[in-house]
Amino acid sequence: MTELRQRVAREPDSVPEDKESESEAKVDGETASDSESRAELAPPPAPADDTPEVLNRALSNLSSRWKNWWVRGILTLAMIAFFFIIIYLGPMVLMMIVMCVQIKCFHEIITIGYNVYHSYDLPWFRTLSWYFLLCVNYFFYGETVTDYFFTLVQREEPLRILSKYHRFISFTLYLTGFCMFVLSLVKKHYRLQFYMFGWTHVTLLIVVTQSHLVIHNLFEGMIWFIVPISCVICNDIMAYMFGFFFGRTPLIKLSPKKTWEGFIGGFFATVVFGLLLSYVMSGYRCFVCPVEYNNDTNSFTVDCEPSDLFRLQEYNIPGVVQSVTGWKTVRMYPFQIHSIALSTFASLIGPFGGFFASGFKRAFKIKDFANTIPGHGGIMDRFDCQYLMATFVNVYIASFIRGPNPSKLIQQFLTLRPDQQLHIFNTLKSHLTDKGLLTAATEDE
Amino acid sequence: MMLELRHRGGCPGPGGAVAPPPREGEAAGGDHETESTSDKETDIDDRYGDLDSRADSDIPDIPPSSDRTPEILKKALSGLSSRWKNWWIRGILTLTMISLFFLIIYMGSFMLMLLVLGIQVKCFHEIITIGYRVYRSYDLPWFRTLSWYFLLCVNYFFYGETVADYFATFVQREEQLQFLIRYHRFISFALYLAGFCMFVLSLVKKHYRLQFYMFAWTHVTLLITVTQSHLVIQNLFEGMIWFLVPISSVICNDITAYLFGFFFGRTPLIKLSPKKTWEGFIGGFFSTVIFGFIAAYVLSKYQYFVCPVEYRSDVNSFVTECEPSELFQLRSYSLPPFLKAVLRQETVSLYPFQIHSVALSTFASLIGPFGGFFASGFKRAFKIKDFANTIPGHGGIMDRFDCQYLMATFVHVYITSFIRGPNPSRVLQQLLVLQPEQQLNIYKALKTHLIEKGLLQPTLKV
Repeated sequence: MTELRQRVAREPDSVPEDKESESEAKVDGETASDSESRAELAPPPAPADDTPEVLNRALSNLSSRWKNWWVRGILTLAMIAFFFIIIYLGPMVLMMIVMCVQIKCFHEIITIGYNVYHSYDLPWFRTLSWYFLLCVNYFFYGETVTDYFFTLVQREEPLRILSKYHRFISFTLYLTGFCMFVLSLVKKHYRLQFYMFGWTHVTLLIVVTQSHLVIHNLFEGMIWFIVPISCVICNDIMAYMFGFFFGRTPLIKLSPKKTWEGFIGGFFATVVFGLLLSYVMSGYRCFVCPVEYNNDTNSFTVDCEPSDLFRLQEYNIPGVVQSVTGWKTVRMYPFQIHSIALSTFASLIGPFGGFFASGFKRAFKIKDFANTIPGHGGIMDRFDCQYLMATFVNVYIASFIRGPNPSKLIQQFLTLRPDQQLHIFNTLKSHLTDKGLLTAATEDE
Repeated sequence: MMLELRHRGGCPGPGGAVAPPPREGEAAGGDHETESTSDKETDIDDRYGDLDSRADSDIPDIPPSSDRTPEILKKALSGLSSRWKNWWIRGILTLTMISLFFLIIYMGSFMLMLLVLGIQVKCFHEIITIGYRVYRSYDLPWFRTLSWYFLLCVNYFFYGETVADYFATFVQREEQLQFLIRYHRFISFALYLAGFCMFVLSLVKKHYRLQFYMFAWTHVTLLITVTQSHLVIQNLFEGMIWFLVPISSVICNDITAYLFGFFFGRTPLIKLSPKKTWEGFIGGFFSTVIFGFIAAYVLSKYQYFVCPVEYRSDVNSFVTECEPSELFQLRSYSLPPFLKAVLRQETVSLYPFQIHSVALSTFASLIGPFGGFFASGFKRAFKIKDFANTIPGHGGIMDRFDCQYLMATFVHVYITSFIRGPNPSRVLQQLLVLQPEQQLNIYKALKTHLIEKGLLQPTLKV
């Protein structure tokens, strides 16, 4: 174990210095290993392992505690600015960023596994891990492409065949990896190899599925991507601030810096922030419309008639609030009501993702997942509270906002046998007639 | 400290016969004593950290659980030498299991589903128990409860999806079921989250690493056992033949590879399992293909095996009655020239399904054994002889099913890629859940499509 501690300590000089000095700080200080002031989202494209020389020189006069604060602050602003730029650049770039973040997170967690098991030199294992990552991504991207780019896929012959036998091809690729793993088992290293195999699969389960759910949410409308992520970030910052100023009662033994005051204050602040942000964003089509692939221009378009969710509606204010504000009704977007649910989840359950990551770091005695972002740690450190958010948003959309994807259903319908198609058609017809949606008049259109 | 661990491990008895009784309680107590007196690390996590990175040879054996050969068998066979005794026990149990299999097939699809569920739960239990023994973590707070809870959640999720698809008519009737189905994913997710939060809250200072290991172990086990078992049930609903032929092909491959290896085996196949031979492998392959071919021929005749399983609301039970699809109707195939000369026939009457059975048998013979090698590697990695001692002479349920791991997934993928597209009742189910305007739009699109294809006559205007 001492070896592992030494290896972790062999990080670049600037960072451990600051961390050690921080650990001496009192209640209002913070250490890098706790997920307090996570205030950003997307990483810079060129990961720097060291605080840039520029910053080092500029801040050389300040004491090391303030220097760290400044480094974190500057990087926070840099990441937020980067986030805005990417949103401006559009869905395609966002998708690529999500993909890169996913790969980097996978790499970080696998590297921790290698360090834990001292198994960096296991035969074949590095190749196999990356191969499995490729397979699972191929499977998920194939499903996404088939769903959303249906017309494009039907046009191109090779794409059509790939999409028709997609599951079979993905399964074959995975099987090849599985057989390679079995053939690579070496006598003295069985246990280590099985551990790394298990580690890889759990990492894939966490990292890759979440990132694909994020992309699904993105296709539903950029607002479904931006609002949840911003709520989690806001909750991090607000909880830290409230804890900083008012914090007294510790929340959980696992993260001694978290306080109940921070938790509750963060909850209310995030709900308010979510309401305001959704109000602002619901006005713009580019955020609200589902991302579609336009065949003619061969690019992504976000242009549509906004759905009911994004049209202002009058709501009657309950009596209590009426007397306070003096208004009878208020105009809101229905989406804002949903945003309350999203913010609540981000504030109440999101932190459990952070506790999970803290527990993981303590279990394996590491301070940060990696050293990609100076002052902040690795990419995973930034994203640990987002783990569950993406899944929640996806499940929420599927359950409450829209049902199954209509174009996907049509596509599935077209692959059925004719007698099955007729059977479904007739059942649908009788269902619609029962509901009164279908009359002789509409039939003739 | 290592010497102590080695002593505690002890040595398992020969041939899987009577072994020292489990000493987990003793072991756990001993652990704590060592911990407090050792002057090295006192953190349990650190000790297991060292355990992880040591080479395999240093890791002590896990004491297997006791032998459960029934007394009757033992008395009847007490005369024979121990090698023949073991052979007889294996033989008798093999025949018992095969008869049990036939009995359950006779009793119908519902019993089969229950059997699959029972096997899944037992496999899960076996693998989790191995995890407890490996990490000596039987007394971790909450962990047993959490493992079973996660098993329940994942089963609830999968069964809910299946029920919604296949029991559509039954479900439409009941109001509460409608609610559960509509928000099924949300409810499953909420249940899973509750388990996740309980796990986080149960993290205890000295046991972090162990708890994370058991958490990951549980999830990987769920991934392996529960998803496979649900794919088996999906295959079953497609038609019992899709359940029977693959499973029997794997069993046949096991038996014939063993027999060929026994009589002709000379060249070892893989270092991992020194008893497997190339002769057994190739002989097993050919015999399995032939067996699959014949079994497919025999089973394709009966509607009972060939028809998709449906739930009829009027009779409140499962029925397998239908017009057999083209796959199960005899067709004439013209033979290639060399076979013509051999058999002196121009054409042969085959069920198209038999061609598919060749693909299934090939997979069972070529890739199925990799599942067996995986399990062998796993047992060597964790120094256990068998997964458990449930079946005397054979080991645990997992020992019987290790070659089936990949078969169920393959059959499912095969069916969805080559046999039929998506499940029609599922498509219908999803259609009925859409918003009314979306339903109307789809209705119009479908109508146009069907008219184009000539399946629907355009209605005359009144």
